[in-house]
Amino acid sequence: MAAAVDKSRVPWWVSNLIVPLVNLILALLVSALFIFIAGENPVQAVKLIIYGSFGYLDGFAYTLYYTTNFVFTGLAFAVAFHCRLFNIGGEGQAYIGGLGVFLVAINVSFLPVPIVWLLAIAGAFIFGAAWAFIPAYLQAKRGSHVVITTIMFNFIASSLMVFLLVDVIRDMKQMGPHTVALPKEIWFPTFKEFAALFGIKIRYSPLNISFLLAIAASFFVWFLVWKTKWGYEMRAVGHNMQAAIYAGISPYKNIIIAMCISGGLAGLLGINEILGVHHKIVAGFPAGYGFTGIAVALMGRNHPIGIFPAAFLFGILYQGGSEVTFDMPNITRYMFVAVQGVIILFSGALENLFRPQIESFFVNRLNMKREI
Amino acid sequence: MVSPILELKNINKSFGHVQANKNINLTIKKGTIHGIIGENGAGKSTLMSIVYGLYQADTGSINVSGKEIKLRSPRDSIESGIGMVHQHFMLVENFTVIENIVLGFEGEFVFGKKLEKAKEDLQKLCETYKLNIDLDSVISDLSVGFRQRVEILKSLYRGAEIFILDEPTGVLTPQEVDELFKILRSLKEEGKTIVLITHKLNEIMDLTSEVSVMRQGEVVGHTKTTDTNKEKLAEMMVGRSVLLRLNKAEAKLGDVVFKVENLTVKDDLDVTRVKNVNFEIRSGEILGLAGVTGNGQTELLEALSGIRKVESGAIYLNDEKISDKDNLLDPRELKEKGLAHVPEDRQRMGLVTDFKAYENLIFGYHDQEPYSKSSILRDGDILSFSKKVMEEYDVRPRSPQLITSNFSGGNQQKIILSRELNENPKILLVGQPTRGVDIGAIEFIHQRLIDMRDKGAAILLVSVELDEVLSLSDRILVMFDGNIVGERVNKDVTDRDLGLLMAGVA
Repeated sequence: MAAAVDKSRVPWWVSNLIVPLVNLILALLVSALFIFIAGENPVQAVKLIIYGSFGYLDGFAYTLYYTTNFVFTGLAFAVAFHCRLFNIGGEGQAYIGGLGVFLVAINVSFLPVPIVWLLAIAGAFIFGAAWAFIPAYLQAKRGSHVVITTIMFNFIASSLMVFLLVDVIRDMKQMGPHTVALPKEIWFPTFKEFAALFGIKIRYSPLNISFLLAIAASFFVWFLVWKTKWGYEMRAVGHNMQAAIYAGISPYKNIIIAMCISGGLAGLLGINEILGVHHKIVAGFPAGYGFTGIAVALMGRNHPIGIFPAAFLFGILYQGGSEVTFDMPNITRYMFVAVQGVIILFSGALENLFRPQIESFFVNRLNMKREI
Repeated sequence: MVSPILELKNINKSFGHVQANKNINLTIKKGTIHGIIGENGAGKSTLMSIVYGLYQADTGSINVSGKEIKLRSPRDSIESGIGMVHQHFMLVENFTVIENIVLGFEGEFVFGKKLEKAKEDLQKLCETYKLNIDLDSVISDLSVGFRQRVEILKSLYRGAEIFILDEPTGVLTPQEVDELFKILRSLKEEGKTIVLITHKLNEIMDLTSEVSVMRQGEVVGHTKTTDTNKEKLAEMMVGRSVLLRLNKAEAKLGDVVFKVENLTVKDDLDVTRVKNVNFEIRSGEILGLAGVTGNGQTELLEALSGIRKVESGAIYLNDEKISDKDNLLDPRELKEKGLAHVPEDRQRMGLVTDFKAYENLIFGYHDQEPYSKSSILRDGDILSFSKKVMEEYDVRPRSPQLITSNFSGGNQQKIILSRELNENPKILLVGQPTRGVDIGAIEFIHQRLIDMRDKGAAILLVSVELDEVLSLSDRILVMFDGNIVGERVNKDVTDRDLGLLMAGVA
């Protein structure tokens, strides 16, 4: 019989570092098996991934650009999750957030640039939050489960945006489903421009100052969840709704607040993509970041300190993975979707698969040391 | 000399760093009722789980009738003639009695003759031990007392010679307890052996012939019941002398603080659980509300504390109407008006068990100064407050950063009490303040409640423990099926009187 481990004796670093790390390693081993079956050398693939994501400056900048997106969507998922809400609508909230960025920016572009930026960030947040509000309201008032409603809202968002991009806000001078470009003055400064200041030439890089916004958002989430009464109340509702009601904390209110903040954070993805990269709304720009954010948050144990490295890891996989698909004909980009899937499987669904063994291993080890 | 039916030698069991059982030696003679008494966390349940094969001991041996046995699972212990009646019954609710009894062995019966034979055997057992069970009734139709009998019958049928009963009376009315004791005595007369785990001293004195006392994982005493008394046992349990009678002065009654008028409350399933209830509480008074679990006390408490909607009637605090059909002050507004509530079920309602202790110590007060300012929690002030009250209420361990679920039941209860009593409420609603709490802490908690009363608080005490209601209350109401069926002044009331009221007989 696997002895039940006394949780209070498990050091924090075992449950928060070692266990996720073991899960990750297992996921990567399984992924290596996929690559092997596909007829390529896994060791070579790992080398390519590392080179592609770290080996040269352009590549590294790409890695950080992806990281930015994953931080936003990962934080978004985490905030809702602290209220035990499974917000899988990050994709749609990001899409609508992008609409907010564009509409605000194009209408206030005459204002001083920093103010345009602030307003655009507010626009992204408010539009994303508004899109999350409807499922939140339905959950709080009518008990319609957010898992169902948020995923439906992804489809609604997608259809709505296609409609807008084709019939309403399309740049009518051309055929593609995208809008006109925002005026150049209000584009976010990019890493390319920054590097040029130091005389370093880069061909192209989507990395821009949204990365700093992602760091700020991480800090914001940490402060909100652990240092304010709102975070306290959200967590109380999430952990024990009965107790929250007893303490006069309204589940109704907190479900809505948590979902709106979550949606708002997902909306910030629009800042990176629109002010930073495309400078217009392009159909389908959230490109699955919203879904990957779920994995990022689960892997990061819903804490900004964990989400940031997890987002970075996924950045490496995205960037390094595309490098691999260039060089290895047998590996398609779908292979990396599968790799992501395996990581989600091991760090999400099978999170506790080896936890008891690992924890009791370390607890016994530490006990032995003490007894000696 | 005949070898004892059950003999434990040098049993040790650790969970991580905690040693739950230390060098336990225990000898139980055939045909006796042997009591094992100890505080919560003393290691009684762990020891019995070892005997029943749920856990395995780290070292030590177990002998049944002189033969050493290896217990790897409950199946081994059943084969050795050991049966267990758990605190929480292990029955399938929508099966009949007989289906439950053959469960796990059903392969041998399938249909037809063997089942008929089983039924005959069970009928006989029922008659021998006067169990009085209808074998074809569905478990969910049976009262708690009868479900317990089904558990006993199940063990009997499986050939148990030794019966382990873990806190068997916790959920029973006094009358049901009497019935149970009759059954246990008849089991003993037929030569069966009974191990009774309890923390109630009365039961030990009533029923057992021998008693072993456990404290902190060890057996600290072993004696014939006739050679001891309640005070001595209590002292052994806690390791110091305990006041079984509280230091309680005469109540100094003040004005009516809290008044309930024609109150009717429904539960979540729209069933009326509180029916037209009236009472009032004066300052400096403890009003006890006795009753068997599930007779409307829970819904009443929830309505009084602003959690549950009132169907009709009204509640007044200091002559101000705080709740009626149309209006309901929420728990936070009530707190501001001086109402505190210690809920019946601390883990379901009183605490967020995943929170750290300091987070629970401000639960419900978290948006008040000094704990938070401009919506930002002030960790420094919260922690220093936490340390202070943990000291004052002797919460162990004194680690505000520890996750609450790692505290024992009694200490979790102290966390709630220190939080709710700290604000010196005018009216205090207390549900089951000492459920699952050990004797040392019970004494402490009771004394605190009396202190609150003497400071002028009006206290409503809801408890299923008769002893508790009797020793604390100045006045007692009995609730049955949503009605207040009796009111007694504490001076002239007996257990039996209350018991009959609780059972709805009187």
